[in-house]
Amino acid sequence: MPDATGLELIGKELGAAVLDKSFFRERATLDVDPAAIRAVLAHLREKGFAFLASVHGVDYYPHEPRLGVIYELLDMRSVDRITVRARVPIDAPVLDSVTPDGDYGAGWPTANHQEREVYDMFGVVFRGHPDPRRILMPEDYEGHPQRRDFPVGGEPVLFTRDEAQWLERRE
Amino acid sequence: MEVRRSSREAIDGSSLAVRGLSAEQMLRGGELTGANQPAHLKGTDLEREQLEAHVHERVLTTTLDKAVAWARSNSFFPLSFGLACCAMEQFQTAGPRMDIARFGYEAFRASPRQADLIILAGRVSIKMAPIIRRLYDQMLEPKWAISMGACCSSMGIFNNYALVPADKFMPIDVHVPGCPPRPEALMHGVLKLRKLVQDDPDAGWRERYGAGGTEEVPAGA
Repeated sequence: MPDATGLELIGKELGAAVLDKSFFRERATLDVDPAAIRAVLAHLREKGFAFLASVHGVDYYPHEPRLGVIYELLDMRSVDRITVRARVPIDAPVLDSVTPDGDYGAGWPTANHQEREVYDMFGVVFRGHPDPRRILMPEDYEGHPQRRDFPVGGEPVLFTRDEAQWLERRE
Repeated sequence: MEVRRSSREAIDGSSLAVRGLSAEQMLRGGELTGANQPAHLKGTDLEREQLEAHVHERVLTTTLDKAVAWARSNSFFPLSFGLACCAMEQFQTAGPRMDIARFGYEAFRASPRQADLIILAGRVSIKMAPIIRRLYDQMLEPKWAISMGACCSSMGIFNNYALVPADKFMPIDVHVPGCPPRPEALMHGVLKLRKLVQDDPDAGWRERYGAGGTEEVPAGA
């Protein structure tokens, strides 16, 4: 982990792209402007955080902006981690994909499937993703099941004692 | 029945010597006198009632249906198929401790064309359901299905958006509860199925829910 001072320094380097910083239980987190996510990750890669360990989503319902995409970065040389978080609103959940190569340099191919999963479960659309399909749910599935306002779903359990009644309803 | 009872009473200790008869003599029934008479029965011609008793003791009559059901129910060929954690317990039923081979069900087939029993061992996701249905349709009649564990019967702890109970898309003959069921429980389920097949192959899920044939309805039919 960068310590609190190190986090301040990284925040200063990134300037206006950083909306907030937090250092909680030895974990450094940067809240960044979603429009600048590629630039932030590319900059941190230059600083040594070259390995994108995980991309995942969070629904912060009822807080706005609701959806968060979290990038866990790892510096393999000093075994140092930093978390980058971009929050997007529910009515326009669009974020730049970090999978393809671009003017910020090489992309992170590992983000390919993980961004698809975030799209599948939370509905965040990754602009520029090479293969923006669902990955876990069937392709004709409607909705994004990990959102907090998505019904849990499931089936009413049929017990033997209710069976006669159930058959009646069916007829 | 009357004849049998009286003929049984007619057998005393000495006439039990007829147990030594050959199968040919038994089947020809009554040709036990003269040249055909075995040496140890010389001088003791079988009387009519004794002959009745003799045949009654050695010949088993049944119907073809019952004989076929008996043969089928003692040699299920399960499909090698596991979905989740229940599959671990399913493997263990084939292991040395439980040894499903004791009952003749050890021939786990790798192709649904050769199997007549599918054990749904684990949770069925809505993405997996059409694949399982296809496997089930590829199995040849007569075929049976066991739903193993809470998940594919009532969706258990995974009762959410991702799963579908097995009864929704295919007929299940025996549900084995548990999370996961121990191998003993699965054995009990398979033996229940054996009883079902032996007693009345048609009674069960299909009859209760009016599911007559289990063939998939072709598109546009």
